[in-house]
Amino acid sequence: MKYRSVFDIIGPVMIGPSSSHTAGAARIGRVARRLFGHMPKKVTIHLYGSFAKTYKGHGTDIALVGGLLDFDTFDERIVNALSLAEEAGMEVKFIEDDAAADHPNTARLLLEDGDNKLEVVGVSVGGGKIEITELNGFDISLSGSQPALLVVHHDRYGAVAAVASILAKHEINISYMEVSRKVKGDIALMIIETDQEVADEIAKEIEVQPHMLNVAVLA
Amino acid sequence: MFRTVEELVKIADTKHMPISEVMILKEIDETGKSREDIFEQMAKNLQVMEDAVERGIKEGVKSHSGLTGGDAVLLQSYIQTGKALSGETLLDAVSKAVATNEVNAAMGTICATPTAGSAGVVPGVLFGLKPKLNPSKEQMIRFLFTSGAFGYVVANNASISGAAGGCQAEVGSATGMAAAAVVELAGGTPEQSAHAMAIALKNMIGLVCDPVAGLVEVPCVKRNAIGASTAIVAADMALAGVKSRIPCDEVIDAMHQVGQMMPTSLKETAMGGLAMTPTAQEIEAKIFGFAKDGQK
Repeated sequence: MKYRSVFDIIGPVMIGPSSSHTAGAARIGRVARRLFGHMPKKVTIHLYGSFAKTYKGHGTDIALVGGLLDFDTFDERIVNALSLAEEAGMEVKFIEDDAAADHPNTARLLLEDGDNKLEVVGVSVGGGKIEITELNGFDISLSGSQPALLVVHHDRYGAVAAVASILAKHEINISYMEVSRKVKGDIALMIIETDQEVADEIAKEIEVQPHMLNVAVLA
Repeated sequence: MFRTVEELVKIADTKHMPISEVMILKEIDETGKSREDIFEQMAKNLQVMEDAVERGIKEGVKSHSGLTGGDAVLLQSYIQTGKALSGETLLDAVSKAVATNEVNAAMGTICATPTAGSAGVVPGVLFGLKPKLNPSKEQMIRFLFTSGAFGYVVANNASISGAAGGCQAEVGSATGMAAAAVVELAGGTPEQSAHAMAIALKNMIGLVCDPVAGLVEVPCVKRNAIGASTAIVAADMALAGVKSRIPCDEVIDAMHQVGQMMPTSLKETAMGGLAMTPTAQEIEAKIFGFAKDGQK
């Protein structure tokens, strides 16, 4: 089931005008920001399908930038996100991409700060709900129907156990888990879907463990 | 618990509980949250809806583009004259749906039901019926759970995204959800709720998503307005005992099929329908400084 909670239907509380093009876009931006760990200096955003055709009218650009500034869907600062980003020193570039995407509301975000880079592909599936389909070249299939944790970490022994034991301590059950890496000993990615929601404090607790790079919660 | 409207109605009937209660129990089961927490969260959403309605009917907000705003105020003054042909209750619901979408278009705070572009129907209907039915706070919150239960089925079996299924998936779903919830609020049965949803949705099938200049303004605000009126009429029909010949789940499937057959130009790309009319093109050129073919 794509939609799990009644609050996916009656909600979210958000700044208008579009749940998919504004709230969903803000959520994609925010997940990218969380995974990056801090505010990027430069962001390049490719927009596909309906996102590319109507982003100005819907404030999709404003919302994506609001998310990158770590604003939630109901944060009124979203309205002024573009000027706030400029003041904060975040350079953002939008590219309307004609390439075909699997879903009409797709955005590809490249976040940069010097040598630190992160690439995320997010899809807004409707009603403010999002899916993350790609992370740093890893194809991932986050359905978005369950609460999920994305953990970017160094590929070392004990990393998975450390995360699992923190979740266990907070009585959070893992319903699905996937670990992938490109090169042995390099950067790896954990995708963990859970039965219970993971509070921000728990994500922070995980982030300070050895070998952890970034942690993002996808509710 | 339930995946279809048929299962939803069956659970409500066998356990002798309203649809809203089935949704609440499912939410408790699914999230592990307490009943109090779930009620409190929905009460907050209700408050956001009420604030948006009040703002829209009193302030007469204008959107940044200037395309929409002020119509909720016009409708309220017209109702006051006592000349409303469609009746005060119906028109009050219409004005409150408009109010919500005007606030949404002005980048104000709203609660998506099920989406932002279709956020007017459910609260419009609820606050429009409030003077007549005098619901308690709990009944108003339950109205939202009942709406949510039907929306949950549509979202999981079809779509609530204009980009994926056209306006029928957004305002169409919202209208069906509101119709079903009105039935419960007015004392009807779960089966009547399903018929109300089916009757309402049948009349929204085929509705395309063709926003002028890609803005959630024209025709979205007025589609929410008429959606609210359709929801109340459909609920009245079901409460009178009128049944939908096509079962609700099959109507939802049909809506989904139609959405898949719809060309991309009519699914929130502003490349067809009203968005391509000469007037719409003029508006778009004025707002963004260029026409869709890229000419400056």
